[in-house]
Amino acid sequence: MTNHWIDIKNSDAVLIIGSNAAEHHPVAFKWVMRAKENGAVLMHVDPKFSRTSARCDFHVPLRSGTDIPFLGGMINYILEKELFFKEYVFNYTNFAFVVGKDYEFNDGLFSGYDPKTRKYDQSKWAFEKGPDGGPVIDETLKNERCVFNLMKKHYSRYTLKTVSDVTGVSAENLLRVYDAFCATGKPDKAGTIMYALGWTQHTVGVQNIRASSLIQLLLGNIGIAGGGINALRGEPNVQGSTDHGLLYSSLPGYHNLPVSTWQTLADYNKANTPVTTLKNSANWWSNRPKYVASLLKGWYGDAATPENDFCYEYLPKLEPGEDCSYMYVMDKMYHGKIKGGFIFGVNPMNSFSNTNKMRAALDKLDWLVCSELHNSETTDNWQRPGVDPKTKKTEVFLLPSAHRIEKAGTISNSGRWLQWFDKAVEPGGQARNFADIFVPLINKIRDLYRKEGGTLPDPLLKMHWTEKFEPEEWTRRINGFFWADTKVGDKEYKRGQLVPAFAQLKDDGSTSSLNWVYAGSFTEEAGNKSKKRDASQTPMQANIGLFPNWSWCWPVNRRVLYNRASVDLNGKPFNPKRAVIEWDGSKWIGDVPDGPWPPMADKEMGKLPFIMTKDGYAQFYGTGRLDGPFPEHYEPAETPLDSHPFSKQLSSPVYKFHTSDMDQMAKAADPNYPYVLTTYSLTEHWCGGGETRNVPNLLETEPQLYIEMSHELAKEKGINNGDGVIVESARGRVEAIAMVTVRIRPFTVMGKTVHLVGMPFAYGWTTPKCGDSTNRLTVGAYDPNTTIPESKACLVNLRKADKLTEIA
Amino acid sequence: MPKAFLVDTTRCTACRGCQLACKEWHDLPANATKQRGSHQNPPDLNPNNLKIVRFNERMTKEGVVVWNFFPDQCRHCVTPVCVDVADMAVPGAMIKDKKTGAVLATEKSAKLSPGDAKAVAEACPYNIPRIDPKTKRITKCDMCFDRVSAGMQPICVKTCPTGTMVFGEREEILAVAQKRLAVAKERFPKAHLVDMEDVSVIYLLAEEKEHYYEYAGFM
Repeated sequence: MTNHWIDIKNSDAVLIIGSNAAEHHPVAFKWVMRAKENGAVLMHVDPKFSRTSARCDFHVPLRSGTDIPFLGGMINYILEKELFFKEYVFNYTNFAFVVGKDYEFNDGLFSGYDPKTRKYDQSKWAFEKGPDGGPVIDETLKNERCVFNLMKKHYSRYTLKTVSDVTGVSAENLLRVYDAFCATGKPDKAGTIMYALGWTQHTVGVQNIRASSLIQLLLGNIGIAGGGINALRGEPNVQGSTDHGLLYSSLPGYHNLPVSTWQTLADYNKANTPVTTLKNSANWWSNRPKYVASLLKGWYGDAATPENDFCYEYLPKLEPGEDCSYMYVMDKMYHGKIKGGFIFGVNPMNSFSNTNKMRAALDKLDWLVCSELHNSETTDNWQRPGVDPKTKKTEVFLLPSAHRIEKAGTISNSGRWLQWFDKAVEPGGQARNFADIFVPLINKIRDLYRKEGGTLPDPLLKMHWTEKFEPEEWTRRINGFFWADTKVGDKEYKRGQLVPAFAQLKDDGSTSSLNWVYAGSFTEEAGNKSKKRDASQTPMQANIGLFPNWSWCWPVNRRVLYNRASVDLNGKPFNPKRAVIEWDGSKWIGDVPDGPWPPMADKEMGKLPFIMTKDGYAQFYGTGRLDGPFPEHYEPAETPLDSHPFSKQLSSPVYKFHTSDMDQMAKAADPNYPYVLTTYSLTEHWCGGGETRNVPNLLETEPQLYIEMSHELAKEKGINNGDGVIVESARGRVEAIAMVTVRIRPFTVMGKTVHLVGMPFAYGWTTPKCGDSTNRLTVGAYDPNTTIPESKACLVNLRKADKLTEIA
Repeated sequence: MPKAFLVDTTRCTACRGCQLACKEWHDLPANATKQRGSHQNPPDLNPNNLKIVRFNERMTKEGVVVWNFFPDQCRHCVTPVCVDVADMAVPGAMIKDKKTGAVLATEKSAKLSPGDAKAVAEACPYNIPRIDPKTKRITKCDMCFDRVSAGMQPICVKTCPTGTMVFGEREEILAVAQKRLAVAKERFPKAHLVDMEDVSVIYLLAEEKEHYYEYAGFM
């Protein structure tokens, strides 16, 4: 979230799209209800009418996979009707940057496309450079290659007609949302967008979110109370694990994983540290070398010195462009290239797309280690239905895992709040939390290295490591320490004392921090701030529901990101009634501002608000994504259409996919698979249900796999409510119970009727008679930036079942 | 001082926290259920589910989908008919606690003949009491009598994350109900409070009661 949960109550218009917030965030949803109570309009745009829709002022059904045309239409609407917030756009965005002459967009393809590699040469999209190497800015907008002009041209194609044709949303419904949401383009109005996996699980997932940022920047909704783009994270600590580099492609604190062309730390820093020519750009990432050096110092301690690049050479390095995300790991496994491994905290044999391939891939392992609360479809893969265990070679070690409430530590919530939780009870039996499994394991490996030697021992042996896991010790390490006596202002810190904030991190080895964004969370002065539960606040903070002393939030306890964009050039709030920060003439009051500098009216010291971009401006046009500088509509990899009105490029030209014999795909408008399937979870089960299916009272409420479909489709197929149904895709077959409902309705798309069905993915065979993985149907096609599979849209066929074997 | 609940269905998201919390607090086992083409599960009140959320969906003439949620439970009537009917057969089988206003089925309810127990159940205008085939007792919501007696809120109210359920002194709740009604009427002109004078569990509905559940209201 750019903002935080309580802040939703400050919204005048809440657009929930790509999320089923009421069902998946049932407790936090009260802040959405609070906004409604305050008079906000609540809108839900989603393929199916859900419990979220029931509480919104209206629901707009959208064909799954068409969020970009829906949002592109809104961008066009804003630009045509001049509904954008001019002062904001003019001062804080790159609307007037001139794009280089190599940029082109023709019939669905941006310039630089290579069909052989299915990749773009992103250098073709670069901005025009001035004599000093900096951007060329033409505020008169006379240059037709100004970002604003290009954006206008690009989205002029997203008319009510074309958008309605492809999304299946009536023009009337489009206007209903556009009018309600675009009314927030005023200085004293705020609109928020809430999304979740409904946006990310597409071959255009990242661009769905990019499209929302174009809208929010046009309307001046970023940085303000009640605004923002709010990704809803949850109980699996998605926020915290992303911050800490859980994904293969990043190191903790949002640094790229090294690649083989960056052999030295200097190479790494050069490639990853942006340089700006603009004096009023804070260019925060210019600090990256300090954060990376401090991270390495945190990992390698005294062994990390400036002379040895702080042990940078020990870090693994990818080949450029190499993809090691889970879908690629599973593909390698399927091809027999992985012998064994650890699967913790996830149940891929139920939750990963194209599960039949996943299950076959896991069969190739010699050994597997899992740690679970319950036996799962993954731990018990070798004895799944229809398989003779004797034919499966995998030796599985199942370690009993502690439950969340059986351990202490922190969770970072959607609003980036770091919150400590205590251990409620001791783990039962021999169960351990993951750290109490990993730390002794690493120590055992270290012992073996010491005793027997081996290949490349130093990355493990030189680590600044621990004998025993203590959660709070790691909270301290994440914050970071001084490794040399240091004076900060008047205050002296000794070696071993905690650093007060990331501003004190250095690139000379005198500081460590396992994650710079969390520096300041645990200090000598205030202790472990994740334990703070103090509701005190100033009246200005109380006015917008900001609790600076309740837990702690990254970065530096800033509760609303980009808050310098909530004020004018003089530091005065655009909306005084819901001020986030204000310059009182000598200092900022309210929230922690994005940097200490005075307002921009101070030509010497003032800074632009978007401090994480190189040049300080928010980017309508950006060159960093692999699939284009502007979001553009492409159909899902499996689509019921054979053409669409925006270009001849049917699906994303750069989406990733695999080509094994188990990666079958339906062709476009395939008569064998005429229906769109979207998948989701539900309130009563947690993610894939591996835990909750083992809680009898939860299973009582949602006992078996179902398929939601319209009355129209049910009638066509001779299916009654409650009947057994066989659902098939090009990859698998699944049994489900029909839930015939008015909450799903047929779409009229490009003049033809398109039926959509929806299924939860919370059921698996280890729970008897409840059904088995819905993901046996879903597709192995991935977003090019994130490699997240398109679990939200694929094609299926279905028929009434004569008998069921998976459900009883 | 008698107590009362307000159930403001315009806030309910059917998360079923109340339904689950009720089972947990009363230590009731799970029923073996099946998917029958509805989210409403278990399908009805039963000795193991003293509270269930009922789901009612429809498409209006204007083509608008409406999905209503009704967290159903004993209304703890001001003048409970069930107590009168039970008293005629086994005095004390059903009682009304003067202090809290809770209507309770006692151990003596097991002594009601099957016919009398059925008569008690059928006398209820809200279709609440169920007869436990094993213990022969009448089962229904007990207002978390143990919790309320100890100064705590009923567990369903405590669990509700959206403010749908409020519990307190009857006079206070009546005032809250009127306030909530005024808010609800802004969006839902047909919003009303159900049988407010006669019950301790007052439902705020956005539209006619038949769009929630056959027995949502009596008057």
